[in-house]
Amino acid sequence: MTERASAAAQPLPVRVVGGLGAVTLDVVQALGRFGRFLIQALTYIVIPPIKVGRIVERIHFIGFRSLTIVILTGAFTGMVLGLQIFLVLSRFGSEAFLGPAVALSLIRELGPVLCALIVTGRAGSALTAELGIMKISEQIDALTVMALNPRRYLIAPPIVAGIVTFPLMVALFDVVGIFGAYLIASQLLGMSDGTYFGEMNTFVDIADVMTGFWKALSFGVIVTWVCTYKGYYCGHGAEGVARATTQAVVLSSVLILVWDYFMGSVLP
Amino acid sequence: MIKVVGVRRSFGQQEVLRGLDLEVASGEILVVIGRSGGGKSVLLKHLIGLLRPDSGHILVDDVDITRLGRNALDRIRERYGVVFQGGALFDSMSVYDNVAFPLREKTGLRAAEINQKVDEKLAQVGLEGMGAKNPAEISGGMRKRVAIARALVTEPEIVFFDEPTTGLDPILVNTIHHLIVELHRKFRFTAIVVSHEIPEIFQIADRVAMLHDGVIVDSGTPGAIQASPNPIVQHFIRGEVESVADR
Repeated sequence: MTERASAAAQPLPVRVVGGLGAVTLDVVQALGRFGRFLIQALTYIVIPPIKVGRIVERIHFIGFRSLTIVILTGAFTGMVLGLQIFLVLSRFGSEAFLGPAVALSLIRELGPVLCALIVTGRAGSALTAELGIMKISEQIDALTVMALNPRRYLIAPPIVAGIVTFPLMVALFDVVGIFGAYLIASQLLGMSDGTYFGEMNTFVDIADVMTGFWKALSFGVIVTWVCTYKGYYCGHGAEGVARATTQAVVLSSVLILVWDYFMGSVLP
Repeated sequence: MIKVVGVRRSFGQQEVLRGLDLEVASGEILVVIGRSGGGKSVLLKHLIGLLRPDSGHILVDDVDITRLGRNALDRIRERYGVVFQGGALFDSMSVYDNVAFPLREKTGLRAAEINQKVDEKLAQVGLEGMGAKNPAEISGGMRKRVAIARALVTEPEIVFFDEPTTGLDPILVNTIHHLIVELHRKFRFTAIVVSHEIPEIFQIADRVAMLHDGVIVDSGTPGAIQASPNPIVQHFIRGEVESVADR
């Protein structure tokens, strides 16, 4: 009797428990592999030989080539925030607090989250697709049989690039967003420069900036970790690459939001 | 010398290698023939350490590579050159950079020496002046030749060719085969070629092994294989049509 036939002969409760056990084992194994993947990559970041050229190339790919979209989305996010927050504050006669409200929203929350989501869509998906194609066209195997460690070449550099570029991109997003809201406040709503920036100076302190920085840094790790993992372990053929890319974007986006909540509740 | 002893490997319920035994002498060209899906590429992946068997041993100069850790296996791999079925050229690099890559990463050679070696290898495979091209800009035959140049640039002792002529026209098939023989004559590496180019492959082989249903059913010189009394071998080399029910 085959394994499948003998399993089918088991009573229903035993099959249900067996199925649950199998699923649990799969999940635990996948989580273990996911965690081990990051630990190995972090090891290759600090143990020589460090692939400086690859790191610079990945910084260019993830950071520099995302600048346009980061500036564009930052500007419009700030403009929308300026408009909407002004409408809310005007109901309480507190328009003077527009500057700090925009700045705090962007620096603590919206800047890191929106920037990470946008970079996931632009660079994260491309990272997954690139690695997936390398996997199915045996380029990763080629590195392995050259006695070169593919994780040192393909995984560690994007993670370093994520750590370096995400805080910088988020800072740019915040600045552009604050000036986008300022444009609306000064040109459309008639607010003076002093009111907008003066109150901001009073209410925003370094702890808020550091909250945004730590979020950006951790999102940089999350996005590059998830996207490289999904590409490295993608399935077969074009369908496998497509599925891996979708999963990478969805999982990265969900983890960004979950981790944002966690960081928001832990950091001051 | 490479010795494969009783290698078994299953994927799920399907047993692909069923106690396979094979010997490859130093300096010979061994061609492994067999039907598509018969386990030839799986065997090759075991030989280059990309897969580990469920049981059995693979000995390279008496070192069992199935028991080795990553670093020790890498030291064995440094003696290898591998030509993958699709070439496995790095898309992001030019032809020149693809061939130079193993030298840059694995040797302490200076740029001028690397330049000289790469130019020499590209010339040997008939691709002089093509270094600046991207792999996407060249034909399938050229990509195979770049892959051969990349595999041989470090002057390996053992070279694996995974269906090096698949998808090429008959003239290119003979060109690649001729190139393998010529380079083998010059560098005296051990070559393991996985192919089903019958009868062209008999012209380049020192020895041929027929893989069927996960075991080597016959092996010998090209002449001996062509005269083999084994019906599976005869069936394959004559390319006889079989009904789906026979499969």
